[in-house]
Amino acid sequence: MPKHKLSKSQVEHVALLGKLKLSPEEISLYTKQIQDIVGYVDQLARVDTSKVKPTYQTLDGTANVFREDKIQDSLSQEQALSQAKETYQGYFVAPGVFGKKTDSHKLKPKRIKQRKKIDQYNAVLTLANPKGQIGHKDLFLTKGIETTAGSQILHGYIPQYSATVVKKLEKKGFKTKYKLNQDAWGHGSSGENSAFGPTTNPWDKARTPGGSSSGSATAVATGMVDVATGTDTCGSIRLPANYTNTVGLKPTYGAISRYGVIAFASSLDCPSLLARTVTEVKKYFQMIAAPDALDATSQSTARHSFKHKSAKTIGLPEEFLGEGVDPEVVKTIESAAKVFEKKGYKIRPVSIPHTKYGVASYYLIAPTETASNLGRYTGVRYGNDRQSFGAEAKRRIMLGSFASSAGYAEKYYEQAAKIRTLLIKDFATAFRLADIILAPIAPTPPFLLGEKIDDPLQMYLTDVHAAPVSLSGLPALAMPGGFTKAGLPIGMQLIGPRWSEDMLFDVGEKYQELTDWHKRSPKSTNGK
Amino acid sequence: MANNFTPVIGLEIHVELATQSKMFCGCQNDPFGAKKPNIYTCPVCLGLPGSLPVPNKKAVHWTLMIGLALNCEINLQSKFDRKHYFYPDLPKGYQISQYDQPFCQKGSLHTAADRKISINRVHLEEDTGKLIHATIKGKEVSLVDFNRSGVPLVEIVSEPDLPSAAEAKEYVKKIQQIIRYLGASDCDMEKGSMRLEANISVKTSDSLPSYKVEVKNLNSFRFLQEAIDYEISRQTRLLKAKKKPVQETRGWDEASSKTTSQRTKEEAQDYRYFPEPDIPPLKQTREQIKALKASLPELPEAKRQRLVKEYGISKTASNIMTAIQSTADYFEAAAKEAKNHKIASQKIANVIINKQVDIKKNPPSKFVQILLKKAESRVSDPKTLEAWVDLAIKQNQAAVADYRQGKQAAIGFLIGQVQRLAQGKADAVKVQAILHRKLRKKIK
Repeated sequence: MPKHKLSKSQVEHVALLGKLKLSPEEISLYTKQIQDIVGYVDQLARVDTSKVKPTYQTLDGTANVFREDKIQDSLSQEQALSQAKETYQGYFVAPGVFGKKTDSHKLKPKRIKQRKKIDQYNAVLTLANPKGQIGHKDLFLTKGIETTAGSQILHGYIPQYSATVVKKLEKKGFKTKYKLNQDAWGHGSSGENSAFGPTTNPWDKARTPGGSSSGSATAVATGMVDVATGTDTCGSIRLPANYTNTVGLKPTYGAISRYGVIAFASSLDCPSLLARTVTEVKKYFQMIAAPDALDATSQSTARHSFKHKSAKTIGLPEEFLGEGVDPEVVKTIESAAKVFEKKGYKIRPVSIPHTKYGVASYYLIAPTETASNLGRYTGVRYGNDRQSFGAEAKRRIMLGSFASSAGYAEKYYEQAAKIRTLLIKDFATAFRLADIILAPIAPTPPFLLGEKIDDPLQMYLTDVHAAPVSLSGLPALAMPGGFTKAGLPIGMQLIGPRWSEDMLFDVGEKYQELTDWHKRSPKSTNGK
Repeated sequence: MANNFTPVIGLEIHVELATQSKMFCGCQNDPFGAKKPNIYTCPVCLGLPGSLPVPNKKAVHWTLMIGLALNCEINLQSKFDRKHYFYPDLPKGYQISQYDQPFCQKGSLHTAADRKISINRVHLEEDTGKLIHATIKGKEVSLVDFNRSGVPLVEIVSEPDLPSAAEAKEYVKKIQQIIRYLGASDCDMEKGSMRLEANISVKTSDSLPSYKVEVKNLNSFRFLQEAIDYEISRQTRLLKAKKKPVQETRGWDEASSKTTSQRTKEEAQDYRYFPEPDIPPLKQTREQIKALKASLPELPEAKRQRLVKEYGISKTASNIMTAIQSTADYFEAAAKEAKNHKIASQKIANVIINKQVDIKKNPPSKFVQILLKKAESRVSDPKTLEAWVDLAIKQNQAAVADYRQGKQAAIGFLIGQVQRLAQGKADAVKVQAILHRKLRKKIK
């Protein structure tokens, strides 16, 4: 099949759609990279979806979520204007719409202001309160405490309000100690897309702790905090848990409020948690998982519909263990299966046939949504102008603008949404054979920092085992499963039907009773 | 003159709903009444990071009611979509609107000429903020106020079925009246709670023209009519010269009474609509739609017909009585009360029309009492009346001459003059008879 040849002028066009000004060097570089990615996602055309309806949300058929027509408090004018670069008599000041345009050929890349490193792993971006107990990924808005999303765009941004999750935890007495490093906007699998430098893996500082919740994982692994929040849009909790020997829950889509969590891809984003044990994660999950009147997608009518209490059968999906998966990863899953078998669980093979299309589908849907969600960052009401986006954000804005643009939306964005439907069906079929599914989180153990940063497509392929679960809106519990010969952690994920978190916790706790991988700590920690 | 240049006009009407709070957040919906800029804003309508929209139930309800009142089909499944473009008054870089599954579709409205104007769709979206273009310290800037950002906005899109400026105006007036009856908006063009855009082209054959000109910035009925007329003649002139008008957006320029081309910045236009992931879909059952339909108040057209039938008033009077719902209610209450005193309903209507009694100050029962009192103090003594008539004739020879030349209307003027002399107390029926008699005499 001929690859889609994306022309330079097409790239210039989508840059314009995303209001990005690019230098000629950038145009050349992105043209090549986006060509590679589009060439890869073109494989979706092979799937016959003529009778498949697209899936744009995973909400259990929930409809008609409203608020009553009642007036609530607004921000004061002062608060509203507080983060703007320029105001005038109560107004925001924007560049004149009839004004002159900047000549893109004269653009110079912005110099990034250096931040002081707070810890040896560069896990912490802001020390909010030394007496605090919890670390928040820097996508969680914390009123009065700088929140950057890991991007130069929001460098210096002091939020006017706090995320629902942050508020809930504060009410329970858990104050914010750290704001934690991450790939900017959640874009990335290695933490290297942070504008403030990558976080390192405490098990091997040359390696990535996984992304995008990289700071959260390292902070928990080293004991700097007992628990940290993160988000998982496509593995951003699970991969860091996988690479740092910690426990992470990617909950059912909609289980935890997204209000006040900076949006990456709205139909996939799952605020979530990282801690050292399943029991800890469970404890905090129960504190924050609830419908939120401010998040219409947190109000699924099926929230309490899942009745199974304990799992009996565990499925092993063949597509997750085949070609391209590191033998040490396969071995980890096989030994975990043996532990479960010994405990009395039935192990049986299951199949998720569309697994191989997960990454392609994901890398059309998520960029489309992120291109949209990043439209608000214009530097007028808050933050810095669009020149401050990092390379990965620019790539995804362009890719998403392309996938949803006139003439291509059907071929790419809609086809991806149909693949999503097929994956949901695959899992539904598998869950008729097994109560939960045991699978690897990524094909390889932690890779080296710098290894994939110049090849976006290779970086994206890290998500092959994360994507099917995310696209289906399912919960997955990531937990330690062993170590490589070189002493690097390898984890695994337990995947359940929607709203089956309790069942996952139950199986996870049983596993941690029988094993002690989770008790191992990296040698050099700066925690107490 | 044989004219094969036929105007083709379609209208897009935007109406801000009169909800208490905004469309997707709890901020007060009162952009016009706000004393300062940016005082009714919050994370949602400012587009702060992390904020999420939750739709206002009342706004959805009103949109459905407007659709039903305009004879639309209500979609059983509907959704919101994101419409993407960059402009400083659009805080998120996209507007939450509706694309392929609007709440209401395929409606219609009839004009007085009994022409059916098809309505393509009625959908719900959010309003933008407001821009003021200014020069500050020598720099061209746009000042932005987000008090209006996120106000619920209903868009009513007609098919290009309107043939003239006059019928376009009539169509808008009817829609304005219907929405006011529903209480869904005050539809005040001066305040901007009703805004118009017209798509205008001129066809030279039976098929639709291959271009259309969109005219924006029509914030009064007068501008609507003037802009349409201007465009029709401009385009006809071009077509007569065998030139095709350019498909473009033009703005009405009040000062020069012209439409002018709005030079768009050479930016790519591709709205890239996709389903709003932050809002679950909206579903209606047939039963719910039926119940909503049953809950519609009596609409202007039905009321007009009923008042004629039930109260025996003239069509013209009924039109005036039903223009505003509160007037119609007042009329009905007064007419019912008046029946007990054998005062004709037409008389009630006439008094209301002529503003002889202030209906804002007096409740309907008082209104009837005032009429009764007037009747009591009415002067019907023939001698006194004749004296007033004589005086009036003497003082108004011009009107008398008019009457003689067959201008029947002059009699009304003379009656008025008699009433002026009588301080309104003269028995009008008798005065008219006397006037006729005297004027006829003089002709002889």
